[in-house]
Amino acid sequence: MSESFAGVGVSAGRVIGPVRRMPDPIIAPADGAPLPAGVSIEEESARLAQATAAVAAGLKERSAAATGDAAAVLKATALMASDRTLLKSATKLVASGTNAESAIWEAAEAVAMQLTGLGGYMAERATDVLDVRSRIVAQLRGVPAPGIPDSDEPFVLCAVDLAPADTATLDPARVLALVTSDGGPQSHTAIIARSLGLPAIVAASGTTVLSDGDILFVDGIDGTVVRAPGAEEEALAQAYASRVALPEFSGSGALKDGYAVPLLANVGSGSDAQAAAAAGAQGVGLLRTEFCFLGRDTEPSHEEQVSAYKAVFDAFGGSKVVVRTLDAGADKPLPFLTDDSEPNPALGVRGYRTDGSVPGVLDRQLKAIAQAANGSDADVWTMAPMISTPAEAAAFAAMCKDAGLKTPGVMVEVPSAALLARQVCAEVDFASIGTNDLTQYTMAADRQLGALAALNDPWQPAVLHLIKATCDGGAAVESGPRPVGVCGEAAADPALAVVLVGLGVATLSMNRRALPAVAAILKTVDLPGAQRIAQLALNAASADDARNAVRNELPELDIFGL
Amino acid sequence: MAERIATIASRVGLHARPAAIFAEAAGDQPLEVTIALEGEPIEDALDASSILSLMGLGAEYGTKVVLRAEGEGAEAILESLAGVLETDHDA
Repeated sequence: MSESFAGVGVSAGRVIGPVRRMPDPIIAPADGAPLPAGVSIEEESARLAQATAAVAAGLKERSAAATGDAAAVLKATALMASDRTLLKSATKLVASGTNAESAIWEAAEAVAMQLTGLGGYMAERATDVLDVRSRIVAQLRGVPAPGIPDSDEPFVLCAVDLAPADTATLDPARVLALVTSDGGPQSHTAIIARSLGLPAIVAASGTTVLSDGDILFVDGIDGTVVRAPGAEEEALAQAYASRVALPEFSGSGALKDGYAVPLLANVGSGSDAQAAAAAGAQGVGLLRTEFCFLGRDTEPSHEEQVSAYKAVFDAFGGSKVVVRTLDAGADKPLPFLTDDSEPNPALGVRGYRTDGSVPGVLDRQLKAIAQAANGSDADVWTMAPMISTPAEAAAFAAMCKDAGLKTPGVMVEVPSAALLARQVCAEVDFASIGTNDLTQYTMAADRQLGALAALNDPWQPAVLHLIKATCDGGAAVESGPRPVGVCGEAAADPALAVVLVGLGVATLSMNRRALPAVAAILKTVDLPGAQRIAQLALNAASADDARNAVRNELPELDIFGL
Repeated sequence: MAERIATIASRVGLHARPAAIFAEAAGDQPLEVTIALEGEPIEDALDASSILSLMGLGAEYGTKVVLRAEGEGAEAILESLAGVLETDHDA
């Protein structure tokens, strides 16, 4: 009999497939735990040798089936698993009375620390050693290896939540859909699902009971998961599979009446920017400069920054590129900039605020952006994250001017900036709304918490009212209207995109993969229509009501399976 | 004991990929081969077939290392292994 579970749909699509559960992470064995009673040192050593050989063989097999870089990495990992020096030092520990799990754990720890000490590339390889260690311990315990499960047939991946490291190894050709029991609409799971175009449901708390082999219907549009689906679900999945293919994005976003809505891309590196340009993006609406900084203990040099930014500018010669200055803090800590002992980091020193605690980093970044901009023909705009007051906006504009940057702006993520948008915008040339954080702060709901997923929804009418306030404020600046864009996940939702344009948003910036869907749906309404639809959403009492009222007005969503 | 000094030719140094190629080649030999940074005492020489030991050496592009082996055909074996180190595997 079929059984249904409710969650929050975060990436559209309807599919049916078998469940593979994400294995639980490997818990560290106790330090120096003794040999099990009645087991000899010889037996335990042999057990360890067998486990390492089995892990090496499994990795070697996968390496043979893979190609290119993946094959090389797997081969190197296989060699680590069967490494004689590692096995020797672990066996020595077994000989002194430690059990196999604790012995390999400790021996690999020493190797990883040695590699970390070397710094740079070798330090990154330390994670490979720790991964191999977890695999060997899993083998010894007889539990599944950690990480995305291996499977020959495509599957629905079920997990508590996914970390960025898990999603990096996610093969979209083998994963049909993602279902998590935790996580919210702005979690890493949601973001990766949208960027890979995989149907996904988060915060489906009942799904922890699902196990490997269960057949699931996943409806990423309305957020339901059905175990043992019947004919009705079969038909829905069929209809989705035979959906009308989206036309490619023409490279010029507009409503039905020709009202232009430039569609830009969110990018995080030079190669990302090239892919976005190839997908037709009309510019960059959000360049996340963290890519230059994350995972580093020290600030990158001026030259390093200039060349990283220039790689992005060069991909968009002649077009607009909006650079967001370093957004560290909260879920993106940096050792040289943020204080990780804050009790409440989302409300702490993050984004633009770090300029107060560690002055200099932002100044140097602005100089690097200015130099990269001078060497390219992109139209470079620069904005600061986490601006809360007109005074902060004015201070940032002055810093940009000093650095030689001509178009300063602010991100509107804090409700205070939305409410005072006229005064904030008067200090700068433009504003861009970060809907992920604006939602989190408006609803006072941590974006990573699955339990608050329903609150953490950009369709919440309160959030939409603040977006409207921001657009109205930008338009009311005495010295001339200031354009307001959106660069959060909301812009990538085609139905919500119509609402945003109706509220007065001038440009939408999104993951490049969302461009065709957003462009296709915008084309189905004219400006008065978008304004009327936006009003329906503003008048709604809940996020679901707003979403349903708007979807009813946009029949093309179903045709394209969005 | 036969000895052969080789210079690392991979531009990224003896990291995962070049180290994997070399460790595999060393492991295929009938003799036990050791590797050490030039100038380091012989007692600190490491098992050349251990990828983790190779990576732990921290040998960069241009670093000189000493390969050692004892037994029949040692010289020819070291010569062929030195050839592996002296090829740029990242090219």
